[in-house]
Amino acid sequence: MGQTITQKILARNAERDRVSPGENIWVDVDILMTHDVCGPPTIDIFKREFGDSAKVWDKDKLVILPDHYIFTEDPHAMRNIELLRAFASEHDLPHYFDVGTSRYKGVCHVALAEEGFNRPGNVLFGTDSHTCTSGAFGLFSTGVGNTDAALIMGTGKIWVKVPETMRFVFEGSLPPYLMAKDLILSVIGDIGFEGGTYRALEFDGQAVFDLSMEERMTLTNMAIEAGGKNGIIAPDEKTFEHVRARTDAAFDPVYSDLNAVYHTEKVYDVSKMEPVVAKPHRPDNRATVSEVAGTKLDKAYIGSCTGGKYEDFLAAAQILEGEEVRVNTYVVPASTEVTKQLRENTLNGKTLWQVFLDAGCKMGHASCGACLGGPIDTFGRSEGEEIVISTTNRNFPGRMGSKLASVYLASPLTVAASAIHGVITDPREVLV
Amino acid sequence: MKEIVKGKAYVVGDSIDTDQIIPAAHLVYSMTIPDERRMYGRYALSGLPKESQGLPDGNHAFTAEDSYESEYKIVIAGSNFGCGSSREHAPFSLMVAGAEAVVAESYARIFYRNAVDGGFIIPFEGRLKLTEVISTGDELTIESGAGLLTNHTTGHEYLLNPLGDVAEILRAGNVFEYARQAGLMD
Repeated sequence: MGQTITQKILARNAERDRVSPGENIWVDVDILMTHDVCGPPTIDIFKREFGDSAKVWDKDKLVILPDHYIFTEDPHAMRNIELLRAFASEHDLPHYFDVGTSRYKGVCHVALAEEGFNRPGNVLFGTDSHTCTSGAFGLFSTGVGNTDAALIMGTGKIWVKVPETMRFVFEGSLPPYLMAKDLILSVIGDIGFEGGTYRALEFDGQAVFDLSMEERMTLTNMAIEAGGKNGIIAPDEKTFEHVRARTDAAFDPVYSDLNAVYHTEKVYDVSKMEPVVAKPHRPDNRATVSEVAGTKLDKAYIGSCTGGKYEDFLAAAQILEGEEVRVNTYVVPASTEVTKQLRENTLNGKTLWQVFLDAGCKMGHASCGACLGGPIDTFGRSEGEEIVISTTNRNFPGRMGSKLASVYLASPLTVAASAIHGVITDPREVLV
Repeated sequence: MKEIVKGKAYVVGDSIDTDQIIPAAHLVYSMTIPDERRMYGRYALSGLPKESQGLPDGNHAFTAEDSYESEYKIVIAGSNFGCGSSREHAPFSLMVAGAEAVVAESYARIFYRNAVDGGFIIPFEGRLKLTEVISTGDELTIESGAGLLTNHTTGHEYLLNPLGDVAEILRAGNVFEYARQAGLMD
């Protein structure tokens, strides 16, 4: 009986030939990532359990990317950055990306990709549920809490229950009005927001391999929104090219066996799919855009690890160019690298940054921003009973700030089309 | 792991995500400095909309205003409890508020794991939709080993699913003690 890519990666890092779904195993961790919200309490637990003078297991494998509460006056949030800085200095950590320096990156999941930490065949853990994003590069990646991260920090090991795999095959050619966000919101709508609990979600098929690495990250990013343990896409030449351009580190890709056993297999023809949203207040509350078209909006938001990558803005800019937004529209690049590209790259002779400014958008600094609400002074945070359309990944009550607000999740194309009309709008109406 | 958990029930619905358990704005507090740590008790389950606070009636805050500790010891929840973010602050905040167990129809994976590995609360699974037969304020007893929940207010008893593999970690206290027993830590 064959094994899936997820089983094979876990087996290798457990020094086993094979592992079976349901088994609890200890694995060696290749990369541990943490950030400003969960880093300081992880460090506290690490010191409590291993001692004040304990060394991290391998400082080349620890990546610290402050990104959540950066552009705020909140004194506790600022203190947490200080704690990370002190720890990085005490341990002489090579992969700490400090706030207020040219090394600052922004959203951890996007920065891991940009900096070459997503390496095919690896095992990567992070103190953030969207750590599953890294699986777009053919590695096992998942989110854990502070306690598990502290155990990894001290030992380089963690226990894992081997997941079964659900396989989603996307065939056909993606129409220009659809994005990876439409595909993943459709999957979550189909299987439900706990339909993937304890399981790996593997994305396969020509339409997936036709996607850029950024778009693939949108698919794996939201595996957790179906309850999945990890999202994963087999690596291909595009993956290798991306990784080799960013790191000299060796890696050893892994692929699912042809006779691998899957929990479920589901095939989609992307040419027949439609733009969709997740209605308030659950990511599986799917509707086609045409079903909710005309819903009046108070705010639009383009940003986050899932919807604030360069290509997300490029897609939105195609619609916003020469138009004016009718609702407050917030643009928050995921990373400083994305900001740089928006300021340098042009569309019809204008920088993308200028396109957004001319359309009346409010431009923010690279960070997690209002995707998760955050401190009260967070840029773009939802207020009162606002109705928001957003490229982010969650819409539970209060997720973007106000627990009275209603959030629709959609692709950057749908959000941009809706922003210029002030009501939810199908991107097919505005794309030329 | 406590063998007997005894106290008042606090009932919530389906799909209570980590933002409703502990809103993101409060994650800035230290989890160790006592004056800040207690804020997690104050704000535990404060993200619930008013009508969802303590079913079936709603409008019962889990932790009373100006208080740091809840009068409720056992949270009764529907499906996919703890979905959303990986923040360990979620099970931690329930523990700081004084809760000792959650009995849910099902859990999101990371919340469940955090509850167990940190040794914060015991995450039991019910076999029935207990949110429909238990009310906020009911007096409950859970016998952990036997997996038995008794509702003293109504006189009914309910079997819970066995804790399975995670019972070993819960008995050890947390994942560090478990790892020491497995010979992975000194």
